[in-house]
Amino acid sequence: MITLEHITKTFSKGSVQAVKDVSFQVGEGALFGLIGPDGAGKTTIFRVLTTLLLPDAGRATVDGLDIVKDYTRIRERVGYMPGRFSLYQDLTIAENIRFFATVFGTTLEANYDQIKDIYQQIEPFKDRRAGKLSGGMKQKLALCCALIHQPRVLFLDEPTTGVDVVSRKEFWDMLGKLKERGITILVSTPYMDEATRCDRIALIQKGAILSIDTPQGIVEAFPGKLYAVRSGQPFKVLQDVRAYNGTQTCFAFGEALHVTLATDNIQGLSGYLAGKGYQDVHIEPIEPSIEDCFIHLLKD
Amino acid sequence: METVIKTDKLTKRFGGFIACNALTFEVYKGEIFGFLGANGAGKTTAMRMLCGLLAPSSGDAAVAGFDVYTQTEKIKRRIGYMSQKFSLYDDLTVTENIRFYAGIYGMTGDSIRAKTKSLLDELQLQGEARTLVRELPLGWKQKLAFSVSIVHDPDIVFLDEPTGGVDPVTRRQFWDLIYHAADKGVTVFVTTHYMDEAEYCNRVSIMVDGVIAALDSPDGLKRRYDCGNMEDVFYQLARNAKRKAD
Amino acid sequence: MKQLIVFIQKEFLHVFRDRKTLLMLFGLPIAQIVLFGFALSNEIKNSKIVVVDYSKDPVTTQLIQEITSSQYFNVTRGLPSATGIDAAFKRGDIKMAVIFPEHFSDDLIRTGKATIQVIADASDPNQATTVTNYLTQIVGTYNARLAQASGQPLQIGVQNRMLYNPELRGAPNFVPGVMALVLMLVCTMMTSVAIVREKELGTMEILLVSPFKTIYIIISKLAPNLLISIVNLCVILVLSDVFLDLPVKGSILLLFFDSILFILTSLSIGLLLSINAKTQQAAMMSSLMGMMLPTMLLTGFLFPIENMPLPLQWLSNAVPSRWYFIVVKRVMLKGLGFSSVWKETLILAGMSFFLFAVSIRRFKTRLQ
Repeated sequence: MITLEHITKTFSKGSVQAVKDVSFQVGEGALFGLIGPDGAGKTTIFRVLTTLLLPDAGRATVDGLDIVKDYTRIRERVGYMPGRFSLYQDLTIAENIRFFATVFGTTLEANYDQIKDIYQQIEPFKDRRAGKLSGGMKQKLALCCALIHQPRVLFLDEPTTGVDVVSRKEFWDMLGKLKERGITILVSTPYMDEATRCDRIALIQKGAILSIDTPQGIVEAFPGKLYAVRSGQPFKVLQDVRAYNGTQTCFAFGEALHVTLATDNIQGLSGYLAGKGYQDVHIEPIEPSIEDCFIHLLKD
Repeated sequence: METVIKTDKLTKRFGGFIACNALTFEVYKGEIFGFLGANGAGKTTAMRMLCGLLAPSSGDAAVAGFDVYTQTEKIKRRIGYMSQKFSLYDDLTVTENIRFYAGIYGMTGDSIRAKTKSLLDELQLQGEARTLVRELPLGWKQKLAFSVSIVHDPDIVFLDEPTGGVDPVTRRQFWDLIYHAADKGVTVFVTTHYMDEAEYCNRVSIMVDGVIAALDSPDGLKRRYDCGNMEDVFYQLARNAKRKAD
Repeated sequence: MKQLIVFIQKEFLHVFRDRKTLLMLFGLPIAQIVLFGFALSNEIKNSKIVVVDYSKDPVTTQLIQEITSSQYFNVTRGLPSATGIDAAFKRGDIKMAVIFPEHFSDDLIRTGKATIQVIADASDPNQATTVTNYLTQIVGTYNARLAQASGQPLQIGVQNRMLYNPELRGAPNFVPGVMALVLMLVCTMMTSVAIVREKELGTMEILLVSPFKTIYIIISKLAPNLLISIVNLCVILVLSDVFLDLPVKGSILLLFFDSILFILTSLSIGLLLSINAKTQQAAMMSSLMGMMLPTMLLTGFLFPIENMPLPLQWLSNAVPSRWYFIVVKRVMLKGLGFSSVWKETLILAGMSFFLFAVSIRRFKTRLQ
């Protein structure tokens, strides 16, 4: 459904390399996540795919159409939700939806069933101006506006950034339901924990892809074993574990440290820590999270 | 333990809307205090009152020993502030930014020079001393912004979502800096949306609908709400919030 | 105190690092001095005038010689018929007509008095006053010499008739100028800001990635401004009729037709400015700086174009308001018809179509 081959994009006459030789594919009906921090190139990739930017090199297609030659036809059939929920702040919810429906040559009534699940959550406020909505409601409105014309492909650029935790969860539930209807969805997010809700993900940093696979596949590709070290004083123990000569990597992850060891010698580490005066230290192997994998890939 | 922030029924009303409702809590010296809450819960308003930027409607608060109603100028001298949106001046160099803020906070010539040098060394930015901030990668900018916010050795530093959008490695380096500062006795008052960062704090408060719904150490909160991690604790408290529509 | 110094230092750094603003801060005063000092002046030289001599005697010949050799006038001789003079004024070919009646020196010698008839185009009252004053000066000087030489108290009088604006009111000059300025600024600024606002909001991205044709985006941005400008035009015309006693002497339809062409031109300029501007602020600045200054200086209502150095005169040909100003003066004040303004109308039509076509072509359907 979406293909990218060796897409490269630079700005400022080549001095800023936003996207470097990126290739991946999104199958029909898949929920694909583009995961990476600010400045990784996610928005640039979205803009190339929605035909708003021309790549310096490479080819890409959306629904079988070339982004350069057939851009008008692509623009007619995709749904796009750019970052920061671009909505008309001084129009109401109802007016925004009606406007976007008209832009796509359709009406709210004709497509009401399609967006019902989402729209009904904000319908009670339909006469409120978009500028006065909370982040979560703006999110829902923007999604409705992108779906109103029943696109087969949805591009959502950082739809969960700046939105509260509860709304974020609800949003991903909604995406799951959309996927069931067969819509192909490409989402970008800086939140690593959202990666597990996608069918496949691409980890991206500084314009380059670090890895593409299913979330499970990426986790399984983590080299070696990962251990969680829990103790009462995370910061102090962090210093000491880093100083230990058997430690390969050590990163703080909330109340535990995620550690890889050169020789998987847990006893050695716990003995060392006991020697430093730590009581009540727990070390156990854990399955790596996407964030662990991302950090590991960043080192290379 | 010495108290650096003390509030007693701190309240802020905007017309009929109560943004912060009778907040009562204390923050101790050298603590890393996590101030969590969903958007719209009242976090930003509370922080503004503590920084002396907004006058409360009622209740009391003292920051670094000074009253938030009558001694805001003294408060501002003893605190630092950094947010995701504000950082440094893009069109000034690293050194110029450091010197400017040091001067603003009342430091004098010699100490500014010494501090600039030690800051550059600590962040390993000696090579970038003359680089314009706009040309620094995001992660370096955030770390520099934090260091600049404590250039005058304040009692407390307020951090408003300082690690938003930053890559995971830089995020942890940032927290290394926070730990170092706390070690040296600077109290850190931080808000964040990353729940794993909540675990790094000594104590965490969670605001919901304008009140503090919970305040304890991360372990304490997890035990009380019977959750394995802070994310679940937060979700339990936040999902019943009535202020989702505002 | 120290804090203040530190802050001031920082502000200096900001200012000096912003190249574009710096250029303006230093460049603008220099440009203004050069312009006002050398190029623009209220002095009026080489005004085209007509001198008609019915008397053809030594006195008139000499006086006409003085007038001709003056740097203030560019003299054409002849045009003895009244209709010819009238037509020349209507076309704007001449600013003043100086008429020596028959038996001029005879009257002067016999009665000690003779009067020169002067007709001036007072649609720009300042110009008219200046030009007639120059003439009066020359006549006065000659008069004094003649009287001294002959030893008799001779008096050569000048009778002024101010055409189109006998009371020498300012309104007939500045109302057309204000019309041109207002329409130009409103259209340019509002249009450019409206488009850039969508870019800033991010909604432009969504509009582009949709079947909505770009031409519709453009038309929908232009439409409200077109309407507002027409309303503005009506208000100005009504106000100038009611309060300034300056009704439209000619065809209102013709005036509206040309006004709409001018509005279209300004709207297209606004479109062009919006294409490269990234923020609303930049759009406003470029339309103010880019359009207001040339419009005020080169339209011809503050400073006469004929007196500017040649390069500026050529430049003023590219300023649409200059042509519109001529049309308004001729149609509104002088009551002339299409035959007198066809050239200007054609130019305006050409400009509006050309600019509109260019701005549509250059309108970016992509973000870069």
